[in-house]
Amino acid sequence: MIIKTDNNKAWWLVLPVFLLVAFSAIIPLMTVVNYSVQDIFDQNNAYFVGADWYREVLRDPRLHDSLLRQFIYSFSVLAIEIPLGIGVALMMPTKGRMGSLCLILLAIPLLIPWNVVGTIWQIFGRADIGLFGWTLNALGVDYNYASNTGDAWATVLLMDVWHWTSLVALLCYSGLRAIPEAFYQAAEIDRASKWAVFRYIQLPRLKSVLVIGILLRFMDSFMIYTEPFVLTGGGPGNSTTFLSQTLTKMAIGQFDLGPAAAFSLIYFLIVLLVSWLFFTTITYMDKAK
Amino acid sequence: MISWMAWTLPVAIFFSTIGIILVCMTVYELHSPCVERKGFLPIATTRGDRLFIGLLASAYFHLLYVGFSDMTLWLPLGLSAVWLAIVLRWG
Amino acid sequence: MNMTKRKIVGITLYILFLLVPIYWLVNMSFKTNEEILGSLSLWPSNVTFDNYMVIFTDATWYSGYINSILYVSMNVVITLLVALPAAYAFSRYRFTGDKHLFFWLLTNRMAPPAVFLLPFFQLYSSVGLFDTHIAVALAHCLFNVPLAVWILEGFMSGVPREIDETAYIDGYSFPRFFVRIFLPMIRSGIGVTAFFAFMFSWVELLLARTLTSVDAKPIAAIMTRTVGATGVDWGVLAAAGVLTILPGLLVIWFVRNHVAKGFALGRV
Repeated sequence: MIIKTDNNKAWWLVLPVFLLVAFSAIIPLMTVVNYSVQDIFDQNNAYFVGADWYREVLRDPRLHDSLLRQFIYSFSVLAIEIPLGIGVALMMPTKGRMGSLCLILLAIPLLIPWNVVGTIWQIFGRADIGLFGWTLNALGVDYNYASNTGDAWATVLLMDVWHWTSLVALLCYSGLRAIPEAFYQAAEIDRASKWAVFRYIQLPRLKSVLVIGILLRFMDSFMIYTEPFVLTGGGPGNSTTFLSQTLTKMAIGQFDLGPAAAFSLIYFLIVLLVSWLFFTTITYMDKAK
Repeated sequence: MISWMAWTLPVAIFFSTIGIILVCMTVYELHSPCVERKGFLPIATTRGDRLFIGLLASAYFHLLYVGFSDMTLWLPLGLSAVWLAIVLRWG
Repeated sequence: MNMTKRKIVGITLYILFLLVPIYWLVNMSFKTNEEILGSLSLWPSNVTFDNYMVIFTDATWYSGYINSILYVSMNVVITLLVALPAAYAFSRYRFTGDKHLFFWLLTNRMAPPAVFLLPFFQLYSSVGLFDTHIAVALAHCLFNVPLAVWILEGFMSGVPREIDETAYIDGYSFPRFFVRIFLPMIRSGIGVTAFFAFMFSWVELLLARTLTSVDAKPIAAIMTRTVGATGVDWGVLAAAGVLTILPGLLVIWFVRNHVAKGFALGRV
């Protein structure tokens, strides 16, 4: 750990970052707050409405539904991807060419543009031209992600697992590599079981990468937009319409600036709270080291 | 140039207040640097942390209030100010 | 021994699960539309390059790739230029508000682009940047710069402070020390950061689509246009998809040994 020195001149080094991010973050944020308290018809016709939009949005059942769906989705994603990711990391070969090859193969889904991920699964899941949909139907499963809610959910989840489990696996892999060989040797002398090795040697060392993995997966699944948009278009009905898509529909589709802005801010506050919880956890874990 | 931002007085006051608080906190910090300490909150905090916690909690309180009642917003605003003072002093 | 065998089977199955959908896309891109819609075949019976030829000869298609590559490269350059000094400051000094600034940067990485989408169009129009590559590059800095600062800070913290101090004693000025001595020491960190900036800018669609209309339209947006139009041209769509995967494959080779550390935001 590096001992840092006090030096306020360091601000000059951070200033470009501050200005650059502030331009794209603070000005839009201020504008959204402005929109959220007014009824805007055009440039010259805007009326102050106070908290009305917030009232409307907070009591809108459509938004409750999409918030609930979002949480169910994000927690399902975590529940599947974190254990699976740990498992994959434990199975990966540790050294040599095979190790590098595995790393690269695992990383492939992460490098594909999100709309192409949607397209891949849109094609792959179709019963007429996709291998996955065709196989399921050939096996006698009545599968159609475009008309059946359950199938749509399963496909969106499967797509996310396909797309992002590698991230968790790569994180855990790098965490496992950081464990000194001596630990394993000691465990062997003690005749520790596989489970004991995992529980008392590997898992504690994975804690810090897992926190980052959970943070990234929670946040990124919380803002998911492109993949389900391409795959199901939010359907059937609204069954796979998550928060970002509800918001985008409101803002761009129906051009309801006021409610969309109020909704944006509520969404942002949730993200702020969760980020803060994780950030505090990470700082405390760094300190404990 | 900035007409598209659709500024209104209450929002302008809101952001100015936040801005002034931040400036004051910075000056105060430069004048007498703060030490991390433990108050009634479950974690050790600095002044800046307490300000953030106070503001974020106030925002959520306002949302709850707006979600469940139609009464005036001055009430939660006042309560939030008191809460912010308590957190900054004893949090 | 039995255990290792089971591991190999497990990892192979998982990698198959990852590769089969991609194989299916590649497979389709070499088929004619008649074959795609006609019957399901595991490999193309007549390999055709027509789908790729459409993309390479039609300006509306290939300009999408050029646009994407242009704004992605601009984004990588800007991100590195501003993030390097900032990460150095965070890794070496304590200054007023440093923790809070760091947290604020992090929230921008976590905030959904949809939240800021509403005024982005007006913001960039008002400064006359709408439908330019630089607008998309700047907008992507919103999440790439914080990420870059995080990753670089992690790598820089691994370089002992004594190196800085020795250099200063030897009479190096800060800029000379930073460029001549410090940057070469964190080469791999810079490579990984550039890779991540590239990747997240390359895969993003929502902001890029909102900030462009004609001149800077990214390939991803052109592809979504094709989907849903009457009689989707599946072959061309698949070919376009395959071509978007290639740049990522090319760059990951160079950073393969450090990718995992980068994914951990430099914190392993």
